[in-house]
Amino acid sequence: MKARDIAMLTLDVIAGVAVLIALYMALVWVPDAANLISPDEKVAQHIFYLHMGMNVDAGLGFLVTLIGSVLYLLTRRRIWDMIAVSSAELGVVFATAVLATGSLWARPTWNTWWTWDPRLTTAAIVWLIYIAYLMLRGALEGAEQRARFSAVYGIFAFLSVPLTFMSIRWWRTIHPTVFSGSNPGAQGGFSLGPHIRLTLFVSMIAFALMYAALMAHRVRLEQDAQAVQELKEQLL
Amino acid sequence: MTYLAGAFAVAWLLTFALVISMIQRQRRLEQEIAALREILEKQR
Repeated sequence: MKARDIAMLTLDVIAGVAVLIALYMALVWVPDAANLISPDEKVAQHIFYLHMGMNVDAGLGFLVTLIGSVLYLLTRRRIWDMIAVSSAELGVVFATAVLATGSLWARPTWNTWWTWDPRLTTAAIVWLIYIAYLMLRGALEGAEQRARFSAVYGIFAFLSVPLTFMSIRWWRTIHPTVFSGSNPGAQGGFSLGPHIRLTLFVSMIAFALMYAALMAHRVRLEQDAQAVQELKEQLL
Repeated sequence: MTYLAGAFAVAWLLTFALVISMIQRQRRLEQEIAALREILEKQR
């Protein structure tokens, strides 16, 4: 077994254990939120920890795509392009989970599956922008051209991420502001008790570890695809 | 309870679909690498 395989396996195990601990805390250990009244709302509030964990993964996915894109344009090393596309793919999957879990939480809390609120709208735009990133890569011929165009797109695409983050702080919205909410127009803002704060913190760390573990495997996939390409070129 | 179960089911189905897709792609690439190396060795 190579050192890299051992490191990846170790990260897989650590991430797996961390996610199991986070799930136990989110579903069993943490008490229901004190400010909610109906039983449906109380139970559905536990989606919060999963929703935020998946949000961390999506955010990391898009941030690392930005970093990979910038570093590719600066260095022209293929590894940065591989990191960018791998991270974008993970980001899209987790952003899909964020939208789905958010919608399932919204139904018992806001009495609707979806509303064109600034946060929800900007989150949906981010999701579509990164799906377009993956489609753009699929449409471009030639590794060099694909990497260059994708890197430029990856940098501009990221502009939508801080816009989404700030949307609940800048505009009137029904989406709660979890961290440092200062917008008086935001509805449903809440302060976090010690149990909820700890569970949220553990969830975010666990999901960040899961992102790191998945990224290691996804980047190796890109490296193997490049190895196939190089072997084919040797044969020609 | 339905919403909580639904949210966990959707999130984990997406995650497992991603993992399974990655495993399948990895396996296919490993097979392709092995086959290409074999052809190259035969050519030498």
